[in-house]
Amino acid sequence: MLSYAFRRLLSTIPVLWIAVTACFFVLRLAPGGPFDGERSLPPAILQNLAAHYNLDKPLIQQYLFYVGDLLRGDLGPSFSSEDFNVAQQIMIGLPYTFTLGMTAFLLAIVVGVAVGCLGALYQNKMPDYMLGAMILVGVVFPNFLIAPILQLVFGIQLAWLPVGGWGDGSLKFLVLPVIVMALPHAGRISRITRGSMIEVMNQNFIRTAKAKGIGPRLTVMRHALKPAMMPVVSYLGPAASYLLTGSLVVETIFGLPGIGRYFINAALNRDYGMVLGTVIFYMILIVFLNLLVDIVYAWLDPKVRNR
Amino acid sequence: MILNPAKRELLAAELLEAEGLSPEGRSLTKDAMRRLCRNKAAVVSMVVLTLLILAAFLGPYFIPHNYEDPDWAAFRSPPSWEDGHYFGTDPNGRDLLARVLYGTRVSLAVAFVATLVSVVIGVLYGAISGYFGGRLDSIMMRFVDIMYALPYILFVILLMVIFGRNVYLLFAAIGALEWLTMARIVRGQTLSLKHREFVEAARASGQKPLKIITKHIIPNLVGPVVIFAALTVPEIIATESFLSYLGFGVQEPLTSLGTLISEGTNAMENMPWLLIFPATFLVALLLSLLFIGDGLRDAFDPKDR
Repeated sequence: MLSYAFRRLLSTIPVLWIAVTACFFVLRLAPGGPFDGERSLPPAILQNLAAHYNLDKPLIQQYLFYVGDLLRGDLGPSFSSEDFNVAQQIMIGLPYTFTLGMTAFLLAIVVGVAVGCLGALYQNKMPDYMLGAMILVGVVFPNFLIAPILQLVFGIQLAWLPVGGWGDGSLKFLVLPVIVMALPHAGRISRITRGSMIEVMNQNFIRTAKAKGIGPRLTVMRHALKPAMMPVVSYLGPAASYLLTGSLVVETIFGLPGIGRYFINAALNRDYGMVLGTVIFYMILIVFLNLLVDIVYAWLDPKVRNR
Repeated sequence: MILNPAKRELLAAELLEAEGLSPEGRSLTKDAMRRLCRNKAAVVSMVVLTLLILAAFLGPYFIPHNYEDPDWAAFRSPPSWEDGHYFGTDPNGRDLLARVLYGTRVSLAVAFVATLVSVVIGVLYGAISGYFGGRLDSIMMRFVDIMYALPYILFVILLMVIFGRNVYLLFAAIGALEWLTMARIVRGQTLSLKHREFVEAARASGQKPLKIITKHIIPNLVGPVVIFAALTVPEIIATESFLSYLGFGVQEPLTSLGTLISEGTNAMENMPWLLIFPATFLVALLLSLLFIGDGLRDAFDPKDR
C-alpha cells in the first residue's frame, strides 16, 4: 500500500513538469509583451522593466529561473498589481474558494450517493424518475443559467437569502453558491452510483446475503455499498477539476472574493503573470487531488495496488 | 410433412410476418434505426433540432431586422408583433430574435467544427495507440491520463488570453481538448479489432500498418465513434457558451448564446426577455442533442440500457 502511494507520488513529477513547461512556453509565444500599454514607454524604462523581471535573459535561462522560483513556492510577479505577487493573491483568495469547493464537493457526494442508491433500489419507481429529472436539470441547465434563476427567486422575489457576496461568511451566504456548484455533480454522481449499484445488487454475494435473511438495509450498507462506490471514487478526480471550473462562474456571479474571480479578472485584463500562476496553482492542486483519489481507490480495491 | 416449395415459401413468409419480421434479413444498422425511431424522446428531439437548425440558418432571411444594426425607434422594447421585434430589442436597440438566431448559428458551428476536430484527433490517436500496442501504447495512453487530470478549460482561457479572442482558435482549442475520451474508446475497440481475421489477412498480404488502420480498422469504428460524437456535441456547446458567458468567446458585434445569456442576466429584472429567449434556445438545443445522443447509444448498444 505504502509503496503504491510512493510510486504514484513519483509519477506526478513528470506530469507537473510537462504542464509547467507547456504553460511557460505557450505564454512566451504570446504576441506582444506584458508592458504594451496604451502609451508606449520610453526604451530606457522598458529595458529596466525587462531587466527587473529577467525578461532580457535568454529564454532557457528565464525558464530555469521560473522553475527555480516555483520550487520555492514563488509563482512570479503579477503585472497588474504592484503590491501583491501572484502567490500572495492566491493565498488571499484560497480560503473562500476552498470553503466553497469543499462544501459543494461533500454535498454533491452525499446527495449524489443517496439519490443514486434510492434510484437503484426503487428501479423504475418514483425515486428513480426523480433521479432522472435531477440529472437532466443538472446537465442541461448550465450553472450560469441556474445561478441567476436562483438569485431571482430566493434572493429577490422571496428575499430569503442574500443575492451575493461573502458577508460575514455565515451559512446563508454559502447556500446558493454551493447549491449551484454541487447540482451538476450530484446528478452525475447519482447516475454513476445508480448504474454500479444495480450491477452489484445482481451479483451472487448479494444473493447470498439476502438468502441469509439479513434484511435489505444491512445488505446494502454492509455488502453492496463499498463495491458500488468504486466507479464513484474514480469519478471524484475529474469532478474536482470540474468543480474548480465551476467555481470560476459561481464566484463571478455571486461576487465572491475567491481565486476564480481573480483569475477571470486577470484573464480579461491580460495579466499574463497572474493567469499563468493561477493555472499552474490549479494544476498542482488537481494533480494532488487525483493522487489522493488514486490512493483511496487502491485502498478500496487491492487489485489496483499491484498493477 | 412434405410441402411443395412454393407453399413452403408462403408459409415461411407468413410465419415471419406473424412475428413482425420482414422476410429479408435485417442489418445491424437497420435494426438500430428501427429502435431509434421507436424512442419517442429521440424522435421529438430530432424534429426540434431540425427546426432549430433551419431557424438558425434560414430564419435570418425572413425577419425584418438584422443582428447588428440598431433600431433607433426601439431601445429596450419588450417583445411585440407591431414593430417586427418579436423577441424585443436589447439596450442598443438590436433585434433580439436576429441575435438569438445568430447566436444559435455560432453555437452550432462551434459544435460542428470542434466535434470534427475532436473526432479526427481522437480516432487517429486511439487507432494508432491501440494498433501498435506495447510501449508506444502505454506512453500514448499515459499522456491521455495526464491530460484528463488537468482542468482543460483553463488552458482554453490561457490560449484565448494569449492569442486574442479569435473564433477559429476557439473552435480548434475546444476540439483539440475534447478528444481524450474519444481516443480511449477508439483504442479499446481497436484492441479487439486488430486480432480479427480480416485484419490478420490484410497483414498477411503485406499491407502497411497505416493502410490497415485507415482501410480496415477505422471503417469498423464508425458505430461507436458516431455515438460518442453525438454525445460530445452538447458538451461542446455547453463549453462554448460557458466561455462566452465569461467573456472569452466571440466578440461584438458577433454574438453567441452564452454572450446573450450573460447580457440577459445583467438585465433580468427590468428586461427579462433578454434572458428568457436565449436561455430557452440553449436549453432546447442541449436537451434535444442529449436525447438524440442517448437514443443513438441505446439503439446501437441495447445491452447498455
